[in-house]
Amino acid sequence: MADPMRIRANVDASGVTEVKVLMNHEMETGQRKDAQGKTIPAWYIQTVTATHNGKNVLTGQWGPAVSKNPFLSFKFKGAQKGDKVQVTWVDNKGDKRTDEATIA
Amino acid sequence: MNTGRREVLKTGGGLSLLALVAAAGWLKPEAAHAADWNKAAFEAKTMDETMKALGGGAPAQSKDIAFVSTPDIAENGAVVPVGVTSTIPNTQSIAILVEKNPNMLAASFDIPAGTEPSLTTRVKMGQSSNVYALVKADGKYYVAQKEIKVTLGGCGG
Repeated sequence: MADPMRIRANVDASGVTEVKVLMNHEMETGQRKDAQGKTIPAWYIQTVTATHNGKNVLTGQWGPAVSKNPFLSFKFKGAQKGDKVQVTWVDNKGDKRTDEATIA
Repeated sequence: MNTGRREVLKTGGGLSLLALVAAAGWLKPEAAHAADWNKAAFEAKTMDETMKALGGGAPAQSKDIAFVSTPDIAENGAVVPVGVTSTIPNTQSIAILVEKNPNMLAASFDIPAGTEPSLTTRVKMGQSSNVYALVKADGKYYVAQKEIKVTLGGCGG
C-alpha cells in the first residue's frame, strides 16, 4: 500500500475552496537506467480524481512527466466548512489510494 | 473430503464472471485500471499528434491563459512548478505540455462546472523548453506558451 497523501483544504470568505494535495509516489518515467544499464520500468500515477460530497470536482490524467511526489492545487466553489474532500489516484500498475480531508 | 474440487469450482466461477464482464465491454483488458486514460495522447511526440489524440484541431493563441507561480528559470528540472489560470468562459479542460520532453503531454485536467479553471502542479523537464498550456473551452482549443530555462535536467540518471 502506498503512503498516504497530505491534503489541505481551506474555504475563503468568497466561498471558494482551495485544495492542496501532496501525494507520495515514485513517478518513474521509464526513461532512466540503473547502474547496470537496465531501464527502470515506468511507474507513475495515471488518473487523479477529487470529489466533494460525492460530486466530482476535478479529474486529471497524468503522464510520467509529472514530478516525483506530485503536488496539485485547485479551487472549487460550493463547499462549506466541515465538508469532506476526497482525492483518489490510480497508477499504471493498478495500485490506488484514496485519502480524505475536512475543509477548514 | 475433496476440498480441492470446491476451490476449482469457486475459481472457475469467478473467472467466467470476469470473462462475462469483459465480454460485455465493461472492462477493457488493456485499460481495466485506468479506463479513461488517453494512451495515444500521452505517447504523442509532437503538438500535432497530441492534438489529434485529444480530438482537436490546431489550437488558437490566447491571451486569456496565464501562467502563475511559474518560474522563468528552473534550477532543478525534476521539479518545475507550473500554474495555469484560464479566463476563457466555459473552460472544460486544462493540459500542460512540455515541448522538448520525450512525450509532450505532461498532465491534463477536466474542469467540471463549479471548479475554477486555475490549478498548479509540478512537472519534470529534460531541458530548457517551451511549456504550453492548452485549454479547451466550448469545444475549441486555445493555447499559450512560456519558455522555461532549466539549469539542471530532470530526466538524467
